[in-house]
Amino acid sequence: MVNTQVSLCGIRLKNPVMAASGTFGFGQEFARLYDINCLGSFSFKGTTLHKRDGNPTPRIAETPCGMLNAVGLQNPGVEKVIEEELPGIAKIFNAPVMANVSGFSVSDYVWVCELLDQCEQVGWLEVNVSCPNVHGGGMSFGTQASSAAEVTREVKKVCKKPVIIKLSPNVTDIVEIAKACEGAGADGLSLINTLLGMRLNLKTRKPLLPFVTGGLSGPAVFPVALRMVYQVYKAVKIPVIGMGGVSSAEDVIEMMLAGATAVQVGSANLVNPYACRDIVKDLPRAMAEYNITSLEQIIGGAH
Amino acid sequence: MKQVIWELKEHRQIAKNTYLMRLSGDTSSLVNPGQFVEVSLPGFYLRRPFSVCDYDEFGATLIYKVLGQGTKAMTRYEKGMKLDVLCGLGNGFDLSKSGQKPLLVGGGAGVPPLYRLCKELTNMGRQATVVLGFNTKEEVFFEQEFLALGAEVIVCTMDGSKGVKGLVTDACAFENHSYFYACGPLPMLKALCSLAKIPGEVSLEERMGCGFGACMGCAVMTKTGPQRVCKEGPVFHKEALVW
Ligand SMILES: Cc1cc2nc3c(=O)[nH]c(=O)nc-3n(C[C@H](O)[C@H](O)[C@H](O)COP(=O)(O)OP(=O)(O)OC[C@H]3O[C@@H](n4cnc5c(N)ncnc54)[C@H](O)[C@@H]3O)c2cc1C
Ligand SMILES: Cc1cc2nc3c(=O)[nH]c(=O)nc-3n(C[C@H](O)[C@H](O)[C@H](O)COP(=O)(O)O)c2cc1C
Ligand code: FES
Repeated sequence: MVNTQVSLCGIRLKNPVMAASGTFGFGQEFARLYDINCLGSFSFKGTTLHKRDGNPTPRIAETPCGMLNAVGLQNPGVEKVIEEELPGIAKIFNAPVMANVSGFSVSDYVWVCELLDQCEQVGWLEVNVSCPNVHGGGMSFGTQASSAAEVTREVKKVCKKPVIIKLSPNVTDIVEIAKACEGAGADGLSLINTLLGMRLNLKTRKPLLPFVTGGLSGPAVFPVALRMVYQVYKAVKIPVIGMGGVSSAEDVIEMMLAGATAVQVGSANLVNPYACRDIVKDLPRAMAEYNITSLEQIIGGAH
Repeated sequence: MKQVIWELKEHRQIAKNTYLMRLSGDTSSLVNPGQFVEVSLPGFYLRRPFSVCDYDEFGATLIYKVLGQGTKAMTRYEKGMKLDVLCGLGNGFDLSKSGQKPLLVGGGAGVPPLYRLCKELTNMGRQATVVLGFNTKEEVFFEQEFLALGAEVIVCTMDGSKGVKGLVTDACAFENHSYFYACGPLPMLKALCSLAKIPGEVSLEERMGCGFGACMGCAVMTKTGPQRVCKEGPVFHKEALVW
């Protein structure tokens, strides 16, 4: 028997595989296809204080081995998420869920986190200071160590649950920002969010996305994500959640060897709705192939 | 929705840049005309959405127009090839509203879903009028197939090389109908909705990340807020859309 369990900020997960925010909605679409209780957990759609209609379409473009998105945090707002989505999640998922939060000011983050922290089902807060698809918020907090630390510090003051800061790869030195968040009290770090990219429409000679830029995700970003997880793991003591292009059980193992305690699967869910389930099912086989009996023991094994 | 493997049984060009694929496999998740599938193309990351043109218990027909890299690659697919398909996506058309003499309007790559719709309406005893719009006569397809269903068919071409010269809107006698169904390019749908005094519904296209409601990639603004073309759509009532 292989042991797939890991512990993330004091909460046991049956396995390290989680669905990434923005690619799993609030779980409903997937629960219709398979029992999502096979997952370690999932991070629900980025939630803001007020409802957001998102960016103009097209919001999606294809890239070699991946995609760009400029969804722009379309979500019903924190109140509706608590009133309608969380009770919906309770019907389909028994374990603690990760609440993904975004904002446009420090007080936005504090307010939304405080509300979600009080919800029983929420196991962790995943604070997204790295969304590249909105103006005047999101990523602008995550590209400077001082502002990332400020959000962390203020959110920590109002939350009892573990606070995980989701970092942007669109920075010169991710280690510096990771350390600043750790110093400000973060309980964990998620990385990476999408990489800023763009495509042009050759017929119109203009950007394909009306938002001009979009976030790159999918297998194309895996090596970048792995490198950042490796560097950050080395520099901090808090757990790291690795994500970016993960599409197979082998990718999960590679991320964990680089230093990830848990691993999120994002875009893969969109092209294969069974991706998370397939990865979870395949983990024991891949573990056996690489002589792994306990996943927890391989975390950071590459160092 | 169901993930299925379909085998390519027949593949031929039916008009300029336009191809028909007959595929065999599980179609049990198809319940309404106007639903679509997401086909995974080897070598491409995102699936490609296509409307179901027709289906029975053994398989389905898709018609596609060559537009970019993916559809270009599809033209080289050979009989016997297996395709990974997400089947039974979206809601499709509302047959109950048709009235006795529904008007069906299709433009170019928007024509395929109207075929199944027309078939079902005809089976219900409705007398459908089908207006099909293309750029030129080389692009015209399925005129005979619609006629064979017993529908009245009006073909329009932009250059006048076949049928009525001009836009489909020029050939629509809205006053003879109580309801319309339309699928085609956005400018055509917008023009239709503003000209038609009768109620109706339109099938929209949008670039998709997933095709089943998970990513919010395909939102369209409606009177009740943003809705997903892939999930709440692709068919929307004329009155619901804000454009
Ligand atoms: C619900 C729905 C039903 C459709 N039904 C049909 C049909 O029956 N017949 C048909 O010929 N076409 C149909 N289309 C359009 C078809 O999906 C596109 O022509 C096709 O995806 C183009 O792929 P490509 O690789 O050749 O183009 P590229 O431009 O190379 O594709 C790049 C990316 O953009 C997306 N994309 C490009 N154009 C469109 C478009 N117009 N709509 C949606 N996504 C697009 C592609 O899916 C891909 O992800 C439908 C679209 C939708 C949303
Ligand atoms: C369509 C889409 C929407 C996303 N929305 C969010 C979001 O709301 N909040 C967030 O923190 N990350 C969001 N992300 C980023 C993912 O959670 C993940 O960090 C990133 O896509 C890298 O993983 P992947 O390559 O496996 O997709 C989104 C990604 C995609 C593709
Ligand atoms: S394409 Fe993902 S929600 Fe519609």
